[in-house]
This record gives sequence, structure tokens and C-alpha cells, in this order.
Amino acid sequence: MKHAQQPDLLTGTVGEGLAQHGISRREFLQYCTSLAALLALPPSMASAMAEAISKARRQSVIWLSFQECTGCTESITRSHSPTLENLIFDLISLDYHHTLQAASAEAAEQAREQAMKDNYGKYLLIVDGSIPMGNPGFSTIAGISNHDMLVETAKGAAAIVAVGTCAAHGGIPMANPNPTGAVPVSGIVKDKPIINVPGCPPIPVVMTGVLAHFLTFGGLPEMDAQGRPKSFYGETIHDRCYRRPFYDQGKFAQSFDDEAARNGWCLFKLGCKGPVTYNACATTKWNDGTSFPVQSGHGCIGCSEAKFWDAGPFYKALSTPVSATPSMLGAAAVAGAAAGVAITWHNRSTKAKAKAEHEKMTVQDLSRENK
Amino acid sequence: MSHLELLTFARGGALNWALMLFVAGCVLRLFEIFGLGRKTDLAKPRASSPGSGWRTIYARSMPGKSVLEHEPIIYISGYLFHIGMLASIFFFAPHIQFFRSFTGFGWPGLPTALVDALAVAAMAILVMLLVHRLYNPVKRMLSRTGDYVAWAVTLLPLLTGYLAYHHMLLEYTLMLALHLFSIELLLVLLPFTKLFHAFTLFISRWYNGDIAARKGVAS
Repeated sequence: MKHAQQPDLLTGTVGEGLAQHGISRREFLQYCTSLAALLALPPSMASAMAEAISKARRQSVIWLSFQECTGCTESITRSHSPTLENLIFDLISLDYHHTLQAASAEAAEQAREQAMKDNYGKYLLIVDGSIPMGNPGFSTIAGISNHDMLVETAKGAAAIVAVGTCAAHGGIPMANPNPTGAVPVSGIVKDKPIINVPGCPPIPVVMTGVLAHFLTFGGLPEMDAQGRPKSFYGETIHDRCYRRPFYDQGKFAQSFDDEAARNGWCLFKLGCKGPVTYNACATTKWNDGTSFPVQSGHGCIGCSEAKFWDAGPFYKALSTPVSATPSMLGAAAVAGAAAGVAITWHNRSTKAKAKAEHEKMTVQDLSRENK
Repeated sequence: MSHLELLTFARGGALNWALMLFVAGCVLRLFEIFGLGRKTDLAKPRASSPGSGWRTIYARSMPGKSVLEHEPIIYISGYLFHIGMLASIFFFAPHIQFFRSFTGFGWPGLPTALVDALAVAAMAILVMLLVHRLYNPVKRMLSRTGDYVAWAVTLLPLLTGYLAYHHMLLEYTLMLALHLFSIELLLVLLPFTKLFHAFTLFISRWYNGDIAARKGVAS
């Protein structure tokens, strides 16, 4: 956290900060090795990363929270590698964050303004939550609307990290009927690089991993068409799921916590959205690599995908209709029958008319024709 | 529109309309066919042969020796294609789940690898039959646009399903949406093309057997 009393921490390099905290080079190299593994980089990159990070200045970070539930912050505090403490004490200078900062009221806003002024064009802006466009009064901070604060803060940012599905895709606030007119960060900011880290919440190590990448390489990682880092969102939950072999064998759990579910059979029939959800849950897992939703017996709900809240019921299999009902088909059958009766009546009347108009030919008629 | 949104539309509004048009179309066509009626046959049947219609349904569903000898590849292909297609539709676990959502009951599925192999066989046969249709002068002359449309809308669901399952060509979510759209196209066209034989096949076989029996050629 940035405080006026600690200017040395702000201006010093990461290496100096580490030395101040008594962290040895060996410990730091171990840390960089885990970072490299997390980012799917070869182990040989660890020493290069250590070199780069230790020489780098601590990165100024401003974290803005808009229409959100603080779940993303709750999640990042559970990061284990690197831990949030590692991040905010050693690698970054978290200059503004509602939940984590000690300052409040005007002092808090001053901290943001000061950080923007001191690091103009260089600070990293993290946003969680969507931005209401329906009415500026729906969500304000210190009397400033979310929209205005985002536009103002984004101006001097080197890059923006949209953390969580709300900031990346609009999330639950933007779900039908979207009462606040919510939009994601990318709906407002068009002239800055934006990296989307969706999830409700995102996996802690994915958030910290993306930050670590930015610190190490001074830029954004390789991203997909939706602006998500490929190293974490390159494959579906389904493809990396330990239950996947059972899907291939056609072995499915029929209900939650039945024998099949406990034996690791696939949760597809119970509505798992793993096949269409791109995230790293099945590989990095949660809570220090302990487990992930599918492992605990609940299907994936696809929380890191855009419009996931409106993408059909959570507990209906992906191959089943979202809203079609037997009564709908019954009504269609009745309509078809009515049309069929009308066509039959038309056909029969055409036939009857042709029959009525038919003139019988007699032998005399034929003999007349011969003449 | 994201791929997931497209998939949600394919599973939602688009599917609802396709299913309704399919059901309404099928009922309409059946009413139309049955509504045509037949003149009352006042002649005394030459032979009393109850069940002849049903026996004909069975007999003509079995390989006929003479046809089998005449065009073995085409004949066997017809069987294999239909077996592969029907197994893909009715015995692939996610598809069974689709039917369960309407009927409330399901049935055991086949292992995915087996369904996969049968679907590949069905697709290969479809391609082979198209080549045969194009190279055989008689068949080419008899073929109309409707025949090629029926061929294409039959192949597309198999092909997109295969590509989606194997994560080929396009991203899975998008391919799954395309798979559903191709099925919806098939559903809408089925009642109004030759593909309606799925319903009329057994009706016409029964009728042919029954009328033949009345004329003295009981099966």
C-alpha cells in the first residue's frame, strides 16, 4: 500500500524491497520457478525472470471496484503462489483498493490521484465489476460515477486488467434484463490494451499469474479473441477434467452424490458446462490446488464465459433444449393438424368439383368425333 | 455475439421454432396423405390374408436376394448408413439426454468410440453414394435439386457433430452451435422433402402389402 511516509518503497526496485524483507536470492529463485511453471514457461526462464523482476521498479497498481460483490478480492486474498502478501509487499505498489487499503474517504481518493499523477502512463489499472450506463447514480465512489472514474483513471494507465466476469463480460449485473444498463470495461475503454481475466470469481493464481507476467515481461501475455490469456484460458474444463474418460466411455452420474458421481463418473447429464467453458480450474484448481467444483461433485456452471447467467439452466445437460417443452410441441401438433384438416378439405373439394364437372362420354360422342 | 450466446440461441429460440415446425409439418403431411383417401374397393378380395401388410413391412426391410446380387455395394451401403445414422442419433449419451428432456425416460447409450466409428461410416457412405449418383448416368438424370439438398442436410449434422466432438476446424462451442443449427435445418426440411420417408416408409409398405393381398398376391 502506498503511504506518504514510505517513499523509499515506492521508488526502489523489487530487488531492494526483497532485501529489505530479508528474502534470500535462493528463495526468490524458487518463487520465480513456480511463477514460470504457472505461466507455462520453461524452467530455464526462472533465472531470467528473477533478473528482470529484481531490477524492475515496483509496479504501481490502481484497483477500481464498480458493480461487483468483492468476490474477486476475496478470491485473490487466497492466492498461494504468489501470495497476495508477496504481491503487494514485494512486487507491486497497490496504491488504491477499497477493501484492502487502510485509508478512507478523501485520503483514499487522494491516494488514487497521487498515484495517477506520479506514474502517469505507467500504472496498471485493475477493474472488477461492471459499469452501469443506465444512470450514473446507480453506482458512485466519492460522488464520482463509475463511468467517469474509469475513463479518468484509464487515461494514464499502461494497461487494464479486467478481473472477474463482471468487468470482463458484464457478468451478473449485465444478465437479462440488465436493469442498470451494465457494460464491461471493454464497452467503454477502447484505446488501451485490456486483458480479460474472467471467472466468478477468477482463480486466484490466474489473477496473480497475469500480474506477475506483466511485471516480468512488461507487457501482456498472449491472448485469445476474447482478450483472455491463452496460458490459462486455452482449453476447456471438460478437456482437462479428470472425469473426462468416463464421458468417453458413456458413464454418467445420474444424480448428485450417487455412487457413480462418487466414483468420478462424468457430470454432463447433471448440467455440467465444462465442455463450453474455457478456464484453468481443472488444472490449477482452487485453495492451494486442493480441488475444483467438478471434483467436489458439482458440475461447472461456466462462470468465466460471457453471458453465462443467461446461457440456459445450470442443471440441464448441455445437449438439452433451453426452453422447449412438451406442451409447446403439443401446440405445434394441434396447429399442424388444423392446417392438415384445411388442406384435406381443400383437396377433397377440388376432387369433388372435378367429379361434378366431369362429363361422361357416350358412344355417340365418339362416333361423332370419328366423323 | 459470443459463441456461447450463439449456442444458447441454438438451444433456445432457434430449436423451439425448428421443433415446432417439424412437429406441425409432420402432422400436416400425415393428415394430407391420409386425407386423400382411397375409393372403396367393392370387389371381393381374391385371397383372405390378414396381416399381409405387416408381413410386407418386415419382408421389404430385409435384404432382398435379387437386389442384393444386382447392386450389392449400394444395397449394403444403404443398411450401413441407416444403422450408423440411427445409432448416432439415438445411442449417443448426450442425444439420449435430449430425448429424455421431452419423454421423461432414457435408455442406455453406446460407448462414444463405437458411436464415433458408426458416424464416420455413415458419412463415408454418404460421400460414396453421392459419387455414385453423380457418375451413374441414370441416377444423375433422375436426380433433382431436392435430392442433393436432402443429401446435404443429412450429412451436415453428422459432420458438425463429428467435428465438434473431436474439436476440429472450429472452436468447440461454435461448432456445437453449428451442429444444432444443422439439425434445426434438417428438422424444418424433413417434412417437406424426400426425407419424410422416415415416416411414410412403413405406411406405404403396409399399404402395398395389404392391397397386393386383396388382389391375390399375399406376402
